[in-house]
Amino acid sequence: MHLNNFQNPELIKKIVTELQDWKKPVKFMEVCGSHTMAIGHWGIRKLLPKTISLISGPGCPVCVTPSSVIDSLIDLKDVTIATFGDLIRVPGNKGPLEQARAKGLDVRMIYSPMEALEMAKEKEIVLVGIGFETTIPGIAYTILEASRQNLKNFSVLPAFKLVPPALDALLSAKDTNVNGFILPGHVSVIIGSDAYNLLPEKFGIGGVVTGFEPLDILVGIKKLIRQIELQKPEIENEYSRVVSPSGNLQAQEIIYKVLEVEDALWRGLGWIPKSGLGIRKEFEEFDATKKYGIEIMDTEEQTGCRCGDVLKGNIIPPECQLFGKVCKPNNPIGPCMVSSEGSCAAYYKYER
Amino acid sequence: MCLAIPGKLIKKENDKGIVDLGGVNKEILLTFIPEVKEGDWVIIHTGFGLNIISEEEANETIAILKEVYAPE
Repeated sequence: MHLNNFQNPELIKKIVTELQDWKKPVKFMEVCGSHTMAIGHWGIRKLLPKTISLISGPGCPVCVTPSSVIDSLIDLKDVTIATFGDLIRVPGNKGPLEQARAKGLDVRMIYSPMEALEMAKEKEIVLVGIGFETTIPGIAYTILEASRQNLKNFSVLPAFKLVPPALDALLSAKDTNVNGFILPGHVSVIIGSDAYNLLPEKFGIGGVVTGFEPLDILVGIKKLIRQIELQKPEIENEYSRVVSPSGNLQAQEIIYKVLEVEDALWRGLGWIPKSGLGIRKEFEEFDATKKYGIEIMDTEEQTGCRCGDVLKGNIIPPECQLFGKVCKPNNPIGPCMVSSEGSCAAYYKYER
Repeated sequence: MCLAIPGKLIKKENDKGIVDLGGVNKEILLTFIPEVKEGDWVIIHTGFGLNIISEEEANETIAILKEVYAPE
């Protein structure tokens, strides 16, 4: 398969040339950290006219994980914490996991949640359940498998987040002003493009599910512009080679067998109704919040970090007074600078 | 974090598969794509195949773009 067709320079040039004629100022939000990175990496902003601005929304699961989750992990005694690598540098109120590890906390980085099951054969494991819909099915399956193997020393701290309810909350609160969404390709592989129909139906704002190659993103932007020209907001699917309207039903079935919808706390955004997933009662022996009496609370300390405003698309990173001065990738104050997919880190790397 | 990469399935045994990631082989779980066949391209995330990449759809997307933007 010739996947590099989606880097076709001739097509890219044609689309970029057409976009140059666009006169009316518009703002499009991408809600996937991988899009944030791809836009920076391919220099997409520099290809667009000044009238089209791209802003990053709450698209980085690590960035929206509350301090309370990290602090609770640091307080655990005699367990091994298994986590995706992105999380270990994120500061909670008690510092990052990386720092706690230097003081003796056993923190292991994993690529697949299934590795945590292997580790549970020898140690008491707490798997940090972060991620959007892309990552959630794998963790749900890992819990099913732990149940099948009747494991006693394995649990998951659920901090899962769902994308459509977050977009609903952002738009309902009227503190996000965007003209269209570049919708996350790999979240959509699981939930399907129909999952965003509320955007045009409830708010009159369109969106395009796009892939991660430069042509994907430019075509997505072109489609959004076309929707505005025609005054016809809708959900389009540019990434049809992997995303279907209804998503991956097998994966959805496994998610909802093990997990159920609940309210969730988003760092920088606060509590959002029905925007997360908790572990069902049938699987509560694998729920670290029950096993260790963990309660997730809003405990964010004021640092001057404006990550929340960045995640809502109200400001771009350089508008934060900490950006690039005290807050840098090697000394991140807030989560948007920590994860390489955070808006601030991407801005620091590509757009300064 | 939602980064997912394409790979070609070169071996399938029940719910386990081996993918070729540009010369490096890796074992993945096929739990979410039981219908996948050897030779299919899949999109992979945290050790799981999330979906099959449709070559037909990929070609069609490009064909439409070429028709609109670069007619011969």
